[in-house]
Amino acid sequence: MPHPKNGSIVRDKDCTMPAFDQPALDTSPEVSDEIRKTTCYMCACRCGINVHLKNGRVKYIEGNRDHPVNQGVLCAKGSAGIMQHYAPSRLNAPMKRIGPRGSGEFQEITWDEAFQIAEGWLRPIRETAPEKLAFFTGRDQSQSLTSWWAQAFGTPNYAAHGGFCSVNMAAAGIYTMGGAFWEFGAPDWDRTRLFMIFGVAEDHDSNPIKIGLGKLKANGAKVIGVNPIRSGYNAVADEWVGITPGTDGLFILALIHELLRAGKVDLEYLLRYTNAPFLVNGDDKSPEHGLFLRDADGKPLVLDRKSGKPAAFDKKGIRPDLAGSYRHAGISHRPVFQQLAEKYLSDEYTPEAVAERCGILPERIKRIAAELAKVAFDEEIVIDQPWTDWKGEKHRQMIGRPVAFHAMRGISAHSNGFQTCRALHVLQILLGSVEVPGGFRFKPPYPKPVEAHPKPHMGVTPGQPLNGPHLGFVQGPDDLLVRKDGTAARIDKAFTWENPMSAHGLMHMVISNAHAGDPYRIDTLFMYMANMSWNSSMNTSGVMEMLTDKREDGEYVIPHIIYSDAYSSEMVAFADLILPDTTYLERHDCISLLDRPISEPEAVADSIRWPVVEPDRPGHAGVRGFQSALIQLGSRLGLPGMVNEDGSPRYKDYADYIQNHERRPGIGPLAGFRGKDGMGKGRGEPNPDQIKAYIDNGGFWLDHIPPEARFFKPWNMDYQDWAVERGLYDAPQPYLFNLYVEPMQKFRLAAEGHGEHQPPEHLRQQVRAAMDPLPIWWPPFEGDLIDTKEYPLHALTQRPMAMYHSWGSQNAWLRQIHGTNPLFVSGEIWQQHEFAKGDWARVTSHHGEIIVPVVKMEALNAKTMWTWNAIGKRAGAWALDEKAPEANKGFLLNNLIHELLPPKGDGLRWSNSDPITGQAAWFDLRVRIEKTNVPKGLQSQPHASPQHSPVGRGPKNLTYGDKF
Amino acid sequence: MHPAPSVIIFTALSGLGFGLLFFLGFGFPEPRGWTAFGYFFVAYALGVGGLLASTLHLGNPQRAAKAFRQWRTSWLSREGVAAVATLLVMAVYAIGLIFFDHALPLFGWLGGLLALLTVFTTSKIYNQLKTVPRWNLPLTPVLFFAYALAGGALLAGQAMLAAVLLLLLSALQWAGWQLGDKAFANAGHSIETATGLGELGKVRQLEGPHSGTNYLLQELVHVVGRKHAQKLRLIAIVTLGLIPAALLLFLPVGQFVLLIALASHLIGLFISRWLFFAEAEHVVGLYYDLR
Amino acid sequence: MTALPQTTEKKLGLVIDLDTCVGCHACVINCKEWNTSNYGAPLSDMDAYGEKPVGTFLNRVHTYEVKQPGRTAQTVHFPKSCLHCEAAPCVTVCPTGASYKRVEDGIVLVNESDCIGCGLCAWACPYGAREMDRAEGVMKKCTLCVDRIYNDNIPEIDRIPACVRTCPAGARHFGDFADPDSHVSRLSAARGGMELMPEQATRPVNRYLPPRPKTDITGDGKIDLLAPYLDDLPTETGGFLGWLDKALERF
Ligand SMILES: Nc1nc2c(c(=O)[nH]1)N[C@H]1C(S)=C(S)[C@@H](COP(=O)(O)OP(=O)(O)OC[C@H]3O[C@@H](n4cnc5c(=O)[nH]c(N)nc54)[C@H](O)[C@@H]3O)O[C@H]1N2
Ligand SMILES: Nc1nc2c(c(=O)[nH]1)N[C@H]1C(S)=C(S)[C@@H](COP(=O)(O)OP(=O)(O)OC[C@H]3O[C@@H](n4cnc5c(=O)[nH]c(N)nc54)[C@H](O)[C@@H]3O)O[C@H]1N2
Ligand code: SF4
Ligand code: SF4
Ligand code: SF4
Ligand code: SF4
Ligand code: SF4
Ligand SMILES: [Mo]
Repeated sequence: MPHPKNGSIVRDKDCTMPAFDQPALDTSPEVSDEIRKTTCYMCACRCGINVHLKNGRVKYIEGNRDHPVNQGVLCAKGSAGIMQHYAPSRLNAPMKRIGPRGSGEFQEITWDEAFQIAEGWLRPIRETAPEKLAFFTGRDQSQSLTSWWAQAFGTPNYAAHGGFCSVNMAAAGIYTMGGAFWEFGAPDWDRTRLFMIFGVAEDHDSNPIKIGLGKLKANGAKVIGVNPIRSGYNAVADEWVGITPGTDGLFILALIHELLRAGKVDLEYLLRYTNAPFLVNGDDKSPEHGLFLRDADGKPLVLDRKSGKPAAFDKKGIRPDLAGSYRHAGISHRPVFQQLAEKYLSDEYTPEAVAERCGILPERIKRIAAELAKVAFDEEIVIDQPWTDWKGEKHRQMIGRPVAFHAMRGISAHSNGFQTCRALHVLQILLGSVEVPGGFRFKPPYPKPVEAHPKPHMGVTPGQPLNGPHLGFVQGPDDLLVRKDGTAARIDKAFTWENPMSAHGLMHMVISNAHAGDPYRIDTLFMYMANMSWNSSMNTSGVMEMLTDKREDGEYVIPHIIYSDAYSSEMVAFADLILPDTTYLERHDCISLLDRPISEPEAVADSIRWPVVEPDRPGHAGVRGFQSALIQLGSRLGLPGMVNEDGSPRYKDYADYIQNHERRPGIGPLAGFRGKDGMGKGRGEPNPDQIKAYIDNGGFWLDHIPPEARFFKPWNMDYQDWAVERGLYDAPQPYLFNLYVEPMQKFRLAAEGHGEHQPPEHLRQQVRAAMDPLPIWWPPFEGDLIDTKEYPLHALTQRPMAMYHSWGSQNAWLRQIHGTNPLFVSGEIWQQHEFAKGDWARVTSHHGEIIVPVVKMEALNAKTMWTWNAIGKRAGAWALDEKAPEANKGFLLNNLIHELLPPKGDGLRWSNSDPITGQAAWFDLRVRIEKTNVPKGLQSQPHASPQHSPVGRGPKNLTYGDKF
Repeated sequence: MHPAPSVIIFTALSGLGFGLLFFLGFGFPEPRGWTAFGYFFVAYALGVGGLLASTLHLGNPQRAAKAFRQWRTSWLSREGVAAVATLLVMAVYAIGLIFFDHALPLFGWLGGLLALLTVFTTSKIYNQLKTVPRWNLPLTPVLFFAYALAGGALLAGQAMLAAVLLLLLSALQWAGWQLGDKAFANAGHSIETATGLGELGKVRQLEGPHSGTNYLLQELVHVVGRKHAQKLRLIAIVTLGLIPAALLLFLPVGQFVLLIALASHLIGLFISRWLFFAEAEHVVGLYYDLR
Repeated sequence: MTALPQTTEKKLGLVIDLDTCVGCHACVINCKEWNTSNYGAPLSDMDAYGEKPVGTFLNRVHTYEVKQPGRTAQTVHFPKSCLHCEAAPCVTVCPTGASYKRVEDGIVLVNESDCIGCGLCAWACPYGAREMDRAEGVMKKCTLCVDRIYNDNIPEIDRIPACVRTCPAGARHFGDFADPDSHVSRLSAARGGMELMPEQATRPVNRYLPPRPKTDITGDGKIDLLAPYLDDLPTETGGFLGWLDKALERF
């Protein structure tokens, strides 16, 4: 029977081929009835999508060509959006738990009942002890709303997932240069000639990085990939450096050593744009030792080369010196740059000294340093574009150094990650390749000096909002969130001496701290979009126990858990109350400049999502956009800002909030089409038709930075003025890059006994050692604490490009690509253990063991094994068959990783995190491996008990296109 | 290749059926009446049954009639045409023998030749495939003839001829396996030529395009253990040709002996057909590093 | 019609750049998405949420590892769809005429309303480019997006195959190989575009650009140190500070 669709034969249409008997085809079928343009959310990259609708159903999703992020392309996940949107695992209604925690037994309830339950738990806490609410959000893009809500509630316990994600990258970037890699900046893909990428499998900028690599390839630029694993981006890299995990800091400092040795640094850049010339107090007895010398106005001093005298760094007409030193009262005070040069020129950082630990030949380190120098200084690019710097000096041209760098979790998810990320930024700066043509550039609202960021707050008053934002950037010990009694103010112990600069909080410690009641007990854990009982936690089985553990009185140790998910995930089973979210095609969202925007280096941009299809869950109470639900819950609780004076709700829903909320006068969630006339860019009154204007514009707003303002942004007055006009700042705020991070020295001084705020004794040594204001390297903690003979190998995970964490497995198309995950082991390990095709292995860490299938990979650091992240599933989750390969054979490496380090000599167990930022050290994991029998039913171990599916099972077979 | 029962049954039975028709067409034997009916019934049942079995393999059997259209280019189509032509022509001959006690030798000969042609077209379906080097050998059609003729002779009760043919078949089949074992390498296919990456070194699959399976793997890629295959070959050769030939040569031939010989032959035939598919390596396996 | 045309007016096909493909599977899924709701029967997925999901795809990405003794192994991502062969064996074996190669542009297609699902064409294809749809029982294959490339309902710029339009890295190129001046012909000529399994004599239209040579240092030990580049050693000319002093004088 012919299929009743185009593609079967239609004998009409210009059939010009009588000579040869072939069917005529309709080559111009209608594609769709309508295209609606919105923003993808199969991952956090936030590409623009054209959603083709036919008969009211989503027929085809393609990339939006006009969109700044993806320029028309779309990744596998984005194209699989249909299967996500119609996934059988979608939740249908609010639910309350009726079985024991973890069982997955729920009863559907109405929204009204759901709100009543939530209010019942939250109102009393707010009135007595707001900190008993811990509100943490995961893969979220509405942190400006959720943090505002948490602040209004009054709890100090709020953060998003950055702490276990890549806070090292973010914080190191912001402390060093007022902006970070992550998705807050990008290489100048069109002009770069040499690109080095460290520890990236996929990153948040998924499509832009691929588009960029494509451009580099087309331009014949060289790509060097530094990664223990040669897959993905490293597979196409022209050179692969298969570094030993956790040693990038050493490698980078050796590159710096070589560049300094050869004098291949951009001195003019360092003088103009960085704190290289700042004089550092050299008096090691002084409580200000290591801080900058300052004038009476508190301005750092530099040595003026003409007069030989110290002068304020920004004084007109001075020529700062780097070579001299300032001698005063018998003490020499030297510029930052000298300290830096001395440190890195030392023998400690020669290529020969680091080679073995890094697993990279010294000749190779030298060659790469030489290549960097050659491209940076011999292939200088010049753009004939005049511009004016912050001192008013006019430049006729923009001069660039076409070497660019990018890095992500491979260097940041280690316990030495912050300093390693800093080292990389210092390298970039020494080469003069940040914010210049051909180098790395920021995306508005970055650059932004670290001082312009808020500091963290802990001022709790029952019934009142918190006294300021939860998260921020500390400038010294005074800013820590430590209570009078020395205990942490926050449940995750962020901003304490254990990890003073934990700018994103420590979401990975919330459950274990709450379970331990350390620093205190909480009442309600409220989470959003984070699969915390599964792949986003370390020690998965342990976390499941903590979530289900009961006190002596039979009450759960964590008494209430509210969770918002859109799908039947593993975490759903562990909540008491479920607030079901919509899918991304069914709701309003704003991708805001107040949050993690979608800007480009040459344009400011933000965007929205809107319901391109209406949420319909026939026969159920239905779902609501979480942000709308949160606003509604807030107004029921009477939270300030969410209610009018008469107590009525201030905002009907999220869309209403997006259009009408103002953070500061004239500044709201969306920057485009502001004002009554819709002409306002960045600033302007709320516009009642703003969302419509976005929809008409393809779902986004974009405003180009004028050509004279496109580079040198931190020091470019044209940029600064433009940024003020657009509402990114309220006043120009040019600043210098921090080769030397002075606030870190303040923590060090405290550890040396100076100042009012003192670290506890057991942390003194760590603080002193770690908080070096110039980047250093130390061996990853886990490797240092265990016996490396017993656990000689490294185990890593990588993001698969065609999967997003746990949520891709419910997708009928994507799960066929990654339905199981082998453990790839290096050729050396393979041979040593005489593995053969089809073998299984037992992998053991200091914490646990897993039994998993192995596959050989030669293009892999010899001491390393790895697997795809988050493929393993708990049976019964995601509306999959209990025998689904993800649940049977798939596995999580998380079972080997503990949130605490192995016991130290002092018997204490410290958090498995970076000692500066608290970043979870996922990639410090050390293991051993041995061959084992192929398990029965090819089932990997450990194997969690199945959960009940509150949404049933998916249909047997799919023929999606039938609908059209 | 996946040893699908439908194709094994089809090729095995239809080969026997057409082999028998060949002998009947040339008058070895030339039965009459009910006996003739018996013979032709068996021949048609095998031939038509085989053809029907092959349609089980189709995704859309209801459109099977369309398969006759491309006889100018497609061996599968030609096979269909040849088979139907054989069955029609032989029908005339058979009707003569069964109902009119009369042989129409012209139809018999023509039908007999058509039967052979049908066997040839069947063999060409496999033999033409460059993608399966083991099949893509000149010996393949010869083997199909040998199977059809030996089996046909046996069914036709031509004991001595059958014995000779069965021995010949055994020899040919053994030779076929030996040649077949080298065919893949001789054809020059490797994962390096498949991927074009040979200049860079030795290629192996790191990850397949998906973690599960797909049509191609289910249909075209079947890996049999060497030892297992050797054992089966031995059993096949013995049951296929040696036992029946020995029975025919050394025992007094009667219905019973013929039947035993036939049973043994059938066992061997099915095993060897299973091997024919299961051992046939399709080049697409190279892309999956499965050989 | 099962016979192959002697020549075709155009030879439309793809260039796939193995030096650029990062193995992201974007082309795989966008192809699936486009083709499940356009040309012919939907691309079904059997046991979609079950134990053994298996669906129809027209384009798949393999990952290989290539190793030469003494050199670092290399990873290569390898997308594969129909190569629209000039001597397409899949066409000539087809008993029904459902498989054919278009005279105007050389695209090899299956006319699904004629296909009996015998599978012989898939047997004949050396490249694994054809997959039987289990729900519909018809043979599916890459159509080179024949319903996009001439489609008046699609903006002109988008009249390219779905997989090409979506490829984030720009590793896929579409064009006419009959025209020696086309983008694809030139790319292929410049970068040594290769045929897969030439010994099958199928004369594929699609071309693969081999990975460019990589910098490798574990191999021959010959390392271009760019030695002169780091030779100007400030540490040996009056010490680092001396050098710094002189360098600063230059401004
Ligand atoms: N071993 C190992 N573990 C890791 C990492 C690693 O590298 N290795 N990486 C860590 C990192 S960086 C991260 S960010 C985490 C990520 O881990 P998670 O934050 O847990 O990410 P997901 O698995 O995507 O889970 C997010 C949850 O959001 C739900 N969700 C999806 N869409 C929506 C929606 O529209 N609305 C709502 N309300 N919910 C939705 C999903 O169903 C899922 O339950 O994993 C961490 N875990
Ligand atoms: N497709 C897809 N995209 C995603 C996600 C997803 O789940 N799927 N998740 C998103 C999220 S939440 C995040 S945080 C980002 C993370 O994006 P990435 O930073 O790319 O994160 P990972 O996949 O964890 O990759 C870490 C990489 O670092 C390497 N690595 C590990 N240790 C070291 C080391 O010591 N040195 C070096 N040089 N390399 C090392 C690993 O081999 C791996 O390639 O991706 C985002 N994008
Ligand atoms: S990278 Fe892919 S999944 Fe992420 S937003 Fe873009 S298209 Fe969607
Ligand atoms: S690649 Fe395969 S399906 Fe495509 S034309 Fe060539 S032989 Fe036919
Ligand atoms: S499966 Fe369809 S297209 Fe392929 S040979 Fe058979 S009839 Fe022709
Ligand atoms: S050309 Fe079209 S049908 Fe062919 S692989 Fe690309 S997207 Fe699929
Ligand atoms: S979309 Fe492009 S980069 Fe991704 S797998 Fe396909 S060809 Fe390769
Ligand atoms: Mo993350």
